[in-house]
Amino acid sequence: MELFVFVVAAAMVLGGAVGVVVRSHPVHAALSLVLTLFGVAVLFIAQDAHFLAAVQVIVYAGAIVVLFLFVIMLLGVDNAEDLHVEPFKVQRPVASVVGAGLMVLIGTAIIVSRKAAVPPSPQSQAVQDAALDPHDGNIKALARDLFSDHVLAFELTSVLLVIAVVATVLLARKPRPGELTVESKAGGR
Amino acid sequence: MTAAFATPTTTWYLLLGAVLFSIGVVGVMVRRNPLVLFMCVELMLNAVNLTFVALARRMGDIGGQTTVFFVMVVAAAEVVVGLGIVVAILRRQPNATTDDMAELKG
Repeated sequence: MELFVFVVAAAMVLGGAVGVVVRSHPVHAALSLVLTLFGVAVLFIAQDAHFLAAVQVIVYAGAIVVLFLFVIMLLGVDNAEDLHVEPFKVQRPVASVVGAGLMVLIGTAIIVSRKAAVPPSPQSQAVQDAALDPHDGNIKALARDLFSDHVLAFELTSVLLVIAVVATVLLARKPRPGELTVESKAGGR
Repeated sequence: MTAAFATPTTTWYLLLGAVLFSIGVVGVMVRRNPLVLFMCVELMLNAVNLTFVALARRMGDIGGQTTVFFVMVVAAAEVVVGLGIVVAILRRQPNATTDDMAELKG
């Protein structure tokens, strides 16, 4: 059963990934990305990461891809890109060689080290929780780890998100006529 | 023989992550539309997330899943800022490709 789930989800992930790279239309590429993200969410569930699977669907497939589609529609760049025109003749062969080489390199490292002994990690309170309570053990374990060991990093991510929102509003809005903008201060245009 | 292939091990997940990462790398090098470029970066981030979750289960350590959580937050922020820059560029110069971004240098 787990094998079946893995094979189906892996086919979704790889098919979607190839679709992102190959499809010439940006909207089609974005929809292929959704397929990949759902496949990764299924694989998260198969590995007992239930909370991350939910976040994956909500944040990635729900928010980020919708943002992509929104930008594509907003800018009207939804015309297909002609993939047959290639200014640099050597670019695609070199990219294929580098990609294949990277795949072989990482794959070899994984295969070679697959028998490596797992270092004895202390069974933390979080892992014990997850073992004791199969229903929401994953969420409890993750929350305990997040809000105890990594609480400072968690607070800093909120600062990061606020900065990102403010920066995006500043970057993307149209300046009113006569208003001093970042661009005019920098002397461009 | 079927028993040996009954359950996918951690190695399978790691190999899948490696293949997904490589596809993302090829996409970043081949594609010229900045939006598709961002999507390929998302592919690579997801490959790494998959690796983190697989190893978190293998090691019995929830810290891997916590890391994936932070990666997701930072990826969301990165996409928001990146798309803001892309909107600013494409509004001024429609159908800009990544080659045209060379004008950004001072």
